[in-house]
Amino acid sequence: MSSAADTKNTVAALGEKYKYGFVTEIETEKAPKGLNEDTVRYVSAKKNEPAWMLEWRLAAFKRWLDMKEPSWARVHYPKIDYQNAYYYAAPKQTPKLQSLDEVDPKLLETYKKLGIPLNEQMALAGVAVDAVFDSVSVATTFKEKLNEVGVIFCPISEAIRDYPEMVQKYLGTVVPVTDNFFATLNSAVFSDGTFVYVPKGVRCPMELSTYFRINASETGQFERTLIIADEGSYVSYLEGCTAPKRDENQLHAAVVELVALEGAEIKYSTVQNWYPGDENGVGGIFNFVTKRGDCRGDRSKISWTQVETGSAITWKYPSCILRGDGSVGEFYSIAIANHYQQADTGTKMIHIGKNTRSRIISKGISAGKAHNTYRGLVSVLGKADNARNFTQCDSLLIGKECGAHTVPYIESRNPSAKIEHEATTSKIADDQLFYCLQRGLGQEEAVALIVNGFCKEVLQQLPMEFAVEAQKLVGISLEGSVG
Amino acid sequence: MLEIKNLHVKVGDKEILKGLNLSLAAGQVHAIMGPNGSGKSTLSYVLAGRAGYDITQGTITYNGEDLGALAPEARAAKGVFLAMQYPVEIPGVTTMMFLKSALNAQRRARGEKELDAIGVLKIVRQKAATLNVSEEMLKRALNVGFSGGEKKRLEILQMKLFEPKLAILDETDSGLDIDALKLVAEGVNSLRDPSRAMLVITHYQRLLDYIVPDRIHVLAKGKIVAEGGKELAKELEAKGYDQIIKDAA
Ligand SMILES: Nc1ncnc2c1ncn2[C@@H]1O[C@H](COP(=O)(O)OP(=O)(O)OP(=O)(O)O)[C@@H](O)[C@H]1O
Ligand SMILES: [Mg+2]
Repeated sequence: MSSAADTKNTVAALGEKYKYGFVTEIETEKAPKGLNEDTVRYVSAKKNEPAWMLEWRLAAFKRWLDMKEPSWARVHYPKIDYQNAYYYAAPKQTPKLQSLDEVDPKLLETYKKLGIPLNEQMALAGVAVDAVFDSVSVATTFKEKLNEVGVIFCPISEAIRDYPEMVQKYLGTVVPVTDNFFATLNSAVFSDGTFVYVPKGVRCPMELSTYFRINASETGQFERTLIIADEGSYVSYLEGCTAPKRDENQLHAAVVELVALEGAEIKYSTVQNWYPGDENGVGGIFNFVTKRGDCRGDRSKISWTQVETGSAITWKYPSCILRGDGSVGEFYSIAIANHYQQADTGTKMIHIGKNTRSRIISKGISAGKAHNTYRGLVSVLGKADNARNFTQCDSLLIGKECGAHTVPYIESRNPSAKIEHEATTSKIADDQLFYCLQRGLGQEEAVALIVNGFCKEVLQQLPMEFAVEAQKLVGISLEGSVG
Repeated sequence: MLEIKNLHVKVGDKEILKGLNLSLAAGQVHAIMGPNGSGKSTLSYVLAGRAGYDITQGTITYNGEDLGALAPEARAAKGVFLAMQYPVEIPGVTTMMFLKSALNAQRRARGEKELDAIGVLKIVRQKAATLNVSEEMLKRALNVGFSGGEKKRLEILQMKLFEPKLAILDETDSGLDIDALKLVAEGVNSLRDPSRAMLVITHYQRLLDYIVPDRIHVLAKGKIVAEGGKELAKELEAKGYDQIIKDAA
């Protein structure tokens, strides 16, 4: 488990800074550039969607036209021209595939480079992957095993066709269509994503995992994920993201909705490694994501864990609505910003039910000229007797030109609430670095080790397979930050 | 093995070492004694290559090589080890994990094969037992919440693990109870070897009862002002630094 040594090896093997900066040459089918009602119709038609879905999208699009891009986050970027992007890109390849053998070998090659275990090894690792390549889900594995216990795990486009009542019942109930500019945009043009339903009392027999990747140039990626954990069920979902290197900025505006019914638990882990742009701040993904979980039933629990190392801009606040009595929300976050990256991320914990508890552990690391903001809201509503929150926000600065900002909002309308907030800002001390060097570790290895130590509480929350990858990413993304 | 000539060192604008000469042969153990603030730790940092300690004049030659030109981690790989006066805490990094990373980094730099977790664990356990370093300590974050004595014992454990060629011990005896002092001394003595040299910085003659030095240097105001055999320690204890420095002048 020597993260530092592994990191070093990985880095040496890569020979370049961004491992995933390759572009797959596959014929891509795109919608015409630009965004209007026809674009929305095109996307919907491509997916063979029922009329209700198209209506839903069109309504969202109408609302979006009147909405303004939010400007309250501490991120700065050139104006996005929404008419100068493609809203749909699918690898050309139909009809539906029965097995992996039918998948374009180049696509599989891409997955291989990404290190996605889309093969037999995966079975051993117990991971089912619903791979989203640009907008279309290409291969879904392990369906059968999941079928046995009644877990539905499929592309959302498929769920819209096959489980319309379920989708209609839950879609947009956690993140309303009009929630915010980016969520509304997503509602209008989302191309694909993942749908999960775990039936009553079922403990999902494996970690579910989706890898997202933006491949086509000038494409916005708008996935939509909906996870429903029925009463007394449990599911752990892993999401990994990466995108190739390009000079232009690409927009990514996803929406994730989680619903936990009575006694259910959802654990949602993300390792986000979109292309961050180069050392001079050129290129990189603009990541504007709305993720929210609704603890709808009593004693339900939703836990977010995120490792955000990529993207030029990260705007992301995975949140929990603690509606059920005794429900629990957790947010564990590592956000790393190096060079010119900007991250504005945090969470919202909305305590509505009695005896609700929330826990926020945020570790922000800034290096180079990067800015990293934790923005969090803990809100206790009037009926939430005995609500509890514990928040810990730690920032680590590497170098003199970066910045860390902590913006905690606390609102309490119930006098019985107990809210604790701790925050620290520190630097990698010279003596820590020297101590490591004296014992033989190189600069970058030492930094990776110290930072991994700083993040430990969050890394511990990740499933094993992800924890190792995340530790490596921490090292890779901080390369060139010292010295 | 180690040859220091006319060494001048500045920290910031302040000159701290002012023409220090010292020569240490393989197989020897030398002690450095001197009043607070005389520059002992500074010397140890310069030998280990700490940033901010600038050599403005003079040379340090280590096995024929200009030590000043090497990065600290390269020095470590070439066998320079400094047991620090104030070992540093690294939160979240378990001691065991740190030992493994460091050992393998040194091995890699020397072109040796890295050891897997089990291999390292075996060696560490065996050395830890002789120093009374518990399994539980190895699982805790490096030096975090360790008592003064525990930190020092861990430094010696690392010395035994890395098997350096030149070991510098900066007041490793300070803050140790008598049993720990004996353990540490045994650790040092067990590493005495014709191919290895050690520089033991201490304030107390007591340590030198257990680690008998071949030579003692007295450092004052950035220079070696007196030298002698092991009896010099007793003399220092009896007369104090002021008198010894005056006698030498
Ligand atoms: N970073 C620094 N900036 C300014 N002065 C420094 C710095 N580091 C050390 N000094 C000064 O250099 C002198 C020598 O310090 P050093 O730590 O080497 O002494 P020492 O002999 O090890 O003392 P002690 O016996 O107390 O450990 C002291 O006067 C100290 O204040
Ligand atoms: Mg000292």
